[in-house]
Amino acid sequence: MYDIVGIESPDTLEAAIEMLSNNPNLKIIAGGTDVLVQMRNGALEEIALLSLRNIPGMADIRIMDNGTISIGAMATFAEIFRSSIINEHLPVLSEAAVSVGGPQIRNMATIGGNICNGAVSADSATTLFAYNAELKLLSREGERTVPIEEFYAGPGKVNLQPAEILTAILIPETGYRKTSGCYIKHSTRKAMDIAMLGVSVVCKTAGGKFTDVRIALGVAAPVPIRCREAEAYAIGKETSSEIIREIGRYAVRASRARDSWRASKAYREHLIEVLVFRALKEAVIRDGGEDIG
Amino acid sequence: MAFEIVGKRAVRKDAAAKVTGRAKYADDFFERDMLVGKVLRSPYAHAIVKSIDTGKAKALPGVEAVITHEDLPKLKYATAGHPWSLDPGHRDVADRYILTDKARYVGDGVAAVVAVDALTAEKALKLIEVEYEVLPFVLDPEKAMLPGAPVIHEERPDNILGATSEEIGNIEEDFKKADYIFEGVYETSIVQHCHLEIQSAYAYVDADGRIVIVSSTQIPHIARRIVGQALGVPWGQIRVIKPYIGGGFGNKQDVVVEPLAAAMSLAVNGRPVRFALTREECFVDTRTRHAMKLYLKTAVTKEGKLLSLHMKPICNNGAYASHGHTVALSAGGKFRLLYDFNSMKYEPKTVYTNLPSAGAMRAYGCPQIFYALESHIEDIAREMKIDPIEFRKQNLISVGKKDPHSDIVVRTFGLRECIEKGKQLIKWDEKLEKYKEQKGIKRRGLGMACFSYASGTYPHGFEIAGARVVMNQDGSVQLQVGATEIGQGSDTVLSQIAAEVLGLPYDMVHVVSQQDTDITPFDLGAYASRQTFVSGAAVKKAAEEAKRKVLEIAAWKTGLSIEEMDIKSARIVERKSGSEICTLEDIAMESYYDRLNAAPIEGNASANVRTNAMAYGVTFAEVEVDMETGRIEIIEIYNVHDSGVIINPLLAEGQVHGGVSMGLGYALSEQLLFDTNTGRPLNNNFLDYKLQTIMDTPDVGYAFVQIPDPEGSVGQKSLGENTTISTAPAVRNAVLNATGIAFNKIPMTPQTVFEKLKQNGLL
Amino acid sequence: MDNYEKISMVVNGKNYSLEVDIRESLLEVLRNRLHFTGVKQGCSVGECGACTVLVEGLPVNSCIYLAVWANGKRITTIEGISKAGELSRVQQAFVDEGAVQCGFCTPGLVLTATALTQTGRKYTDEEIKREISGHLCRCTGYNKIFNAVKRVLNE
Repeated sequence: MYDIVGIESPDTLEAAIEMLSNNPNLKIIAGGTDVLVQMRNGALEEIALLSLRNIPGMADIRIMDNGTISIGAMATFAEIFRSSIINEHLPVLSEAAVSVGGPQIRNMATIGGNICNGAVSADSATTLFAYNAELKLLSREGERTVPIEEFYAGPGKVNLQPAEILTAILIPETGYRKTSGCYIKHSTRKAMDIAMLGVSVVCKTAGGKFTDVRIALGVAAPVPIRCREAEAYAIGKETSSEIIREIGRYAVRASRARDSWRASKAYREHLIEVLVFRALKEAVIRDGGEDIG
Repeated sequence: MAFEIVGKRAVRKDAAAKVTGRAKYADDFFERDMLVGKVLRSPYAHAIVKSIDTGKAKALPGVEAVITHEDLPKLKYATAGHPWSLDPGHRDVADRYILTDKARYVGDGVAAVVAVDALTAEKALKLIEVEYEVLPFVLDPEKAMLPGAPVIHEERPDNILGATSEEIGNIEEDFKKADYIFEGVYETSIVQHCHLEIQSAYAYVDADGRIVIVSSTQIPHIARRIVGQALGVPWGQIRVIKPYIGGGFGNKQDVVVEPLAAAMSLAVNGRPVRFALTREECFVDTRTRHAMKLYLKTAVTKEGKLLSLHMKPICNNGAYASHGHTVALSAGGKFRLLYDFNSMKYEPKTVYTNLPSAGAMRAYGCPQIFYALESHIEDIAREMKIDPIEFRKQNLISVGKKDPHSDIVVRTFGLRECIEKGKQLIKWDEKLEKYKEQKGIKRRGLGMACFSYASGTYPHGFEIAGARVVMNQDGSVQLQVGATEIGQGSDTVLSQIAAEVLGLPYDMVHVVSQQDTDITPFDLGAYASRQTFVSGAAVKKAAEEAKRKVLEIAAWKTGLSIEEMDIKSARIVERKSGSEICTLEDIAMESYYDRLNAAPIEGNASANVRTNAMAYGVTFAEVEVDMETGRIEIIEIYNVHDSGVIINPLLAEGQVHGGVSMGLGYALSEQLLFDTNTGRPLNNNFLDYKLQTIMDTPDVGYAFVQIPDPEGSVGQKSLGENTTISTAPAVRNAVLNATGIAFNKIPMTPQTVFEKLKQNGLL
Repeated sequence: MDNYEKISMVVNGKNYSLEVDIRESLLEVLRNRLHFTGVKQGCSVGECGACTVLVEGLPVNSCIYLAVWANGKRITTIEGISKAGELSRVQQAFVDEGAVQCGFCTPGLVLTATALTQTGRKYTDEEIKREISGHLCRCTGYNKIFNAVKRVLNE
């Protein structure tokens, strides 16, 4: 039994916003795989919930007229992994989605929940950072769109305003068109695990040179991060083994890894260097490049 | 011996019940008016409970009782699932109360609540006010033995629970004669059984005033005795029922939840109370595998003959004795019959610390001992530039070898064949050549390790088992055993033995899977891989008695002698001609309804098995080490076992798969971690404790070298625990072969591999 | 706020209308109220898969699924898999292949495997492993479980 004192299950977004506005203590619950576990561990007590499960259309995945891909916040990782739109245009997100937990979790856990709980290990977040995703947020005041990078405020903290709901994740066409990429999740186990380090890269190449490189890391700092210095260094450089190794070394500079019982700072930094290299190398191969060894 | 049913791939007796969800486990029984019990646990690793105020908790609506050590008898008891000993010097250490007045680890139970539901009970726990006097604590056994260390139990001011020394021959002389002396230190970590079903029991007082406990236990008869001792109640006043259980691996060879479940029920006038642990509690308040640090010193001649071994394990026992020093002692008796040392000295110390208690876990100390021994043997062979397999082979014991301490004689020894078989399976020579001089990022290597293990606990322990065969009118039988099915398949193999002896088709043996101490024949339960060997002997005896009774009736009817007849496929046949005399059903019907002589056929047997049989085996592993990330992948792995006659290959293979998988977790990923500043567990859940998933588990190859052992009732020896012993050292030796680096501590997690590679200048 | 809510759900083909405590998980309602005890509890946080049931044909961990969410849903537990006393193909494969030991993870695995057979898709060995990786098993080392699932998917 969970320490729940009430649950609201509105069937429209408007009603949900209304309920949230009237009762700022309502805790939003999506798939439940995180909120319920927190509740069981005693981190949340005597909670009144607002469930988004009964609102239709919140799990839709579609391409809009301007080419932007919209992923409903309530889309589960299984739905994302199986979506033909995602697999065609955002294959790295598909790769990240299937690395989350196990199949039963992927049938329940939603991408919106994964973002809003602010976990630095969130498998989807790093990849959305790399795709330059934006978040569509709805409140009584209306709708606002923020780059995902600005949404993360600290470990477990996001810039969700009171009575505000994340409704969709938007990936503009410039974020994904003609890109290649790769997600590497480093964890002790190959399933049912959280990332010790997550590396997501998205890149574009032309004539054997990088024209766009985006590198995002999870569990390398208190929040998911982009490696701007490494990205800037990469532009215009050849897609050679030496260059990619160097990009990996640059990526470490963006990190603020710490020692924890899960992994040491030294090991995480080493992994950043190695896995950024591997992910970028794989992205180049997927882009039609050669295996540069 | 030619068998009809022994040796067949019979499907499990309980398979249909389990795939349909009809198999009932302890949590699956409901009583009207059932209450729920929960425990308040100490947040401190070491603290005196000065006072407890339960007033607010008792006042919470829905709370039926709150109990503390003050409400319970001041009786110290021992929890280990061993048979009682009439000799007071041979008993387990009684060092705990049901609820404690001094917390000795984070999680020690100081109070309990009985309430209408779990949520109410949990809220009540928060209302209990405990005043603690916090004491210094110690987690490391070597530090615990130093003068001035915190004293965990007054009775043992040096914190040493057990320290023994056993010498065979004279090691001092042999070390003088040695051409080379090698030393090594090896360490293992705290791991846990992780049976999927958590410990759970419910208790109530029946209409006759007796305490009934339905529990997930491997040892119902022993649990009954221990509950009696803990509560100060005559043993006959207690009845323990063991339904299907969801795995045990030794953790349920201990009495963990039953005494408190009974105390909870007594606190509410005998109403039924369910006391089930959560997974997080299970990690700290049941049992663990002893972490050991093992100091090895070995004398060798220049020809490569092992002269002498001096082994000194330091075992981290945690806060309460549980199986305690017996684990180290017992393991000592098992490794001595592998290599032909001239002399050996084994000096284990088992030490109290402020951690969860270590107890029995699959193979009882042997995974630790053989990790050290087989790593050490490998290191010596490499150092001496002798092929590690040849080195082992030239030092193995042979048939007839006798252990002077236990008097166990090795009657069958198939290890040499096991090694040959394993070499072929993994293509040892070919691959070893191929993997020389590797330079790349991913490097492969081969390793192997041997083990020896006993079948049951004799002579250190006492081995008794009971079985009853009751024949029905149609000639089929019910088989009742005191041995407990815990997933390992004992119901099935014992049914096969009964069917074999009785000349019955397998389907005509109906095994009663549930044990009930009021009804079930006396048996000690599931541990020490004893059941096919020890309980198998009882089943054979009971079946033989029933068969004799059948043939006596047949003899009376036909005038033939018993010796002239046999039972084949439920028919009475004449031995000489093979011709059918009558059906077994005819005889069974007479036994029930003959007006003059009716006496339904039963066989009742208790076997006091005063013998043992050494079993052997080997693991061969091929690994690939990622020299950048430190990740170790298992490419191929094979276990080859000398376990005598394999009664059911389908089940035996399953034991190998599971044991190796558990061994791989031990080698690569599993360890229970504690905050050294507080003693608090860091990863007591399935997300952070890295039990292997299907994605992490390779195909596990296997082979069996079957030499019938004359002491096994059908030629069998132990197998269940054996399968997990040699995995970790084989993987460690393969990693050594791949990287040139010796890992003397497990688990070899990616980070520890990274650190070692860095230390060795490989990164 | 009222702590009870009325829900209707179909479990194993049969309609159930009942008042549930909003604090209850689907696991608790299925086990404690409806006595579908084949639904096992192994960790309560969605890490072991023992409590897996099918909700609208999809495997979910019923321990972290609120009972009120089951309103209007079609639920399948292990008790709904065999029909007229006959084992299903998945169940029979688990029996024949020796994929069962203690049996505690078995109901969940049989349900997930059943869901896979219902997709009509073909799965590679790696995909089979991935799709059943949400179930921990300590007894079998998964080898025979894999064999059983693969056999059914290839039949």
